Amino acid sequence: MTVISEKKHRRHLTRNDMIAYVLLSPYIMLFSVFILVPVLMTAGLSFTTFDVINPPKFTGIANYVYLFTQDTVFMKYVLPNTFLYAIVVGVGGYILSFLIAWMLAQIQALPRTLLSLCIYVPSMLGQVFIGVIWRTIFSGDQSGWMNAILLQLGWIDQPIQFLLTSKYFMLIMIIVSLWSSMGIGFLSMISGILNINREIYEAAYIDGLRNRFQEIVHVTIPSMKPQMLFGAVMSITSAFNMGWIGVTLAGVNPTPAYSGQLITNHIDDYGFIRYEMGYAACVSVMLLIIVYAFNLLAHRFFDEND
Amino acid sequence: MREIKKKKRRSARFLGTVVDPKHFSTTQLKFYVILVPLALFMILPVVMIVNRAFMPLGELFAFPPHIFVHDPTLTNFRNLFELSGTTGVPFLRYLLNSLVITLLTVLLNLVITIFGAYAFAKKRFVGKKFLFELNQLALMFVPTAVAISRYIVITKLGLIDTLAVHVLSLAAMPVGLFLVKQFTDQLPDALLEAAVIDGAKERHIIFKIIVPLIRPALATSVVLTFQQVWMAVEASNNYITDDSLRTLAYYLGSLSTNNAVAAAGTSAAASLILFLPNLIIFIWMQSQVMNTMSHSGIK
Repeated sequence: MTVISEKKHRRHLTRNDMIAYVLLSPYIMLFSVFILVPVLMTAGLSFTTFDVINPPKFTGIANYVYLFTQDTVFMKYVLPNTFLYAIVVGVGGYILSFLIAWMLAQIQALPRTLLSLCIYVPSMLGQVFIGVIWRTIFSGDQSGWMNAILLQLGWIDQPIQFLLTSKYFMLIMIIVSLWSSMGIGFLSMISGILNINREIYEAAYIDGLRNRFQEIVHVTIPSMKPQMLFGAVMSITSAFNMGWIGVTLAGVNPTPAYSGQLITNHIDDYGFIRYEMGYAACVSVMLLIIVYAFNLLAHRFFDEND
Repeated sequence: MREIKKKKRRSARFLGTVVDPKHFSTTQLKFYVILVPLALFMILPVVMIVNRAFMPLGELFAFPPHIFVHDPTLTNFRNLFELSGTTGVPFLRYLLNSLVITLLTVLLNLVITIFGAYAFAKKRFVGKKFLFELNQLALMFVPTAVAISRYIVITKLGLIDTLAVHVLSLAAMPVGLFLVKQFTDQLPDALLEAAVIDGAKERHIIFKIIVPLIRPALATSVVLTFQQVWMAVEASNNYITDDSLRTLAYYLGSLSTNNAVAAAGTSAAASLILFLPNLIIFIWMQSQVMNTMSHSGIK
């Protein structure tokens, strides 16, 4: 029935429609110019060879073939690094942010506000600040914090070049990223948990809920699915947007022995250093597909419409 | 009698573990044991840099390094101002650029977000579902992925080396629009219908009815936009070649990467200058942000 009336409604544009379009037009315009068109263009460029100076030359799927068969750096370092990073920082960071938000909901309002502020602050520091902080902490001489602590404890004799050693590099990247990942998704989850109706808990306990773990699984998460989904989308996307972290820490692109090379760095490497734009676009398309796949997974878990 | 007592105790225990408790109970201690050290770990590096901004050179490279400044000085800030004088573009120019860009972007974003959120939340029109889904898809947008195409589009539009490119490239923010729209959704339709019956114009409905009611969401959008623009380096890096059109964040960032050791103190001072406005605005709007977040779910 509703479908029919919807159809009827669609037949011609009313004055109401026009007002809505006028209201939306500035947003649509900027959205198209800076987000939509670039995405479509990137998809188009990925089938070409393009060096910025000469016009793009159509080469079919040659870039994709090269990506999967010839680009050893991509297959050997970039792809595994990106998945490791996305799973630990995106998914792991998400689970952490839920657990922290849940614990924060169990204490009183004033200490909760103070503690959540402390936990949120790193996420709004920005690239410059994060770089300065962590390069100071992991600095390769004895004035670096990590080295100073280890030297004082007598665990090492010589300062370690943390940010130049591929063995430690990914681990440091992950610590720094997790540290700065409690952002807007985290805030959303705190208020999601706080807004669950108290009666649902009481009813569930009367129905035989035994402990807090059951409470989380059977009451908390199902009652805040929309926030869980928003948090998941934010968490995954910001993990991929943190691609600059390795280059900021190392100070160079590529990172030491490609140990912290993520797909975004690979794009920059080809796009802005080697000027192979067609190929960089092809890698970009892969990135967008990977981000989308992760988000699709999140929707599977938490979408209420499914 | 014993039955009642038992029951009472059980219900008391239940109240002790309830979400958002009004009183302290010892059952909360276990959460503090985890949360307090965690919060300290999160905030310690920030405290450290704030202190380093005021350290004289001797303390910056002391062994073992200490967290709190012993002998505070403003030398680092003074060096920062003087250093920029030598590159030909004075510090104040970068600051002014950033202030103008941030203000314009926040204002522009506010206007388009109000209009957009109102249309999405309260209007029926053809293509609404599709457009909103598209925006929802854009929540997962990764700007670096399209930096090249963006550069081409911006060149074609003749926006290279203009202040406008800073503003326009960040003014449409899918997350902001999404949050404000979700918040506007919960306003009762009856409210607007009443206004329409009274003969109110759209302009009146938007600015006199909607805007005052969605203030918390708008505040949140302002906070998020501010954080993005104030810290943004993408436009300065990619679309600007003229130093005098670049932003403070870009300049301060280039300082800290160029000569990491020599600039240990100045880069800490620079970080502090960049970070402080962000912190102040967030604390100021904190309760509004949390209010908005309770409507943030993707349904």
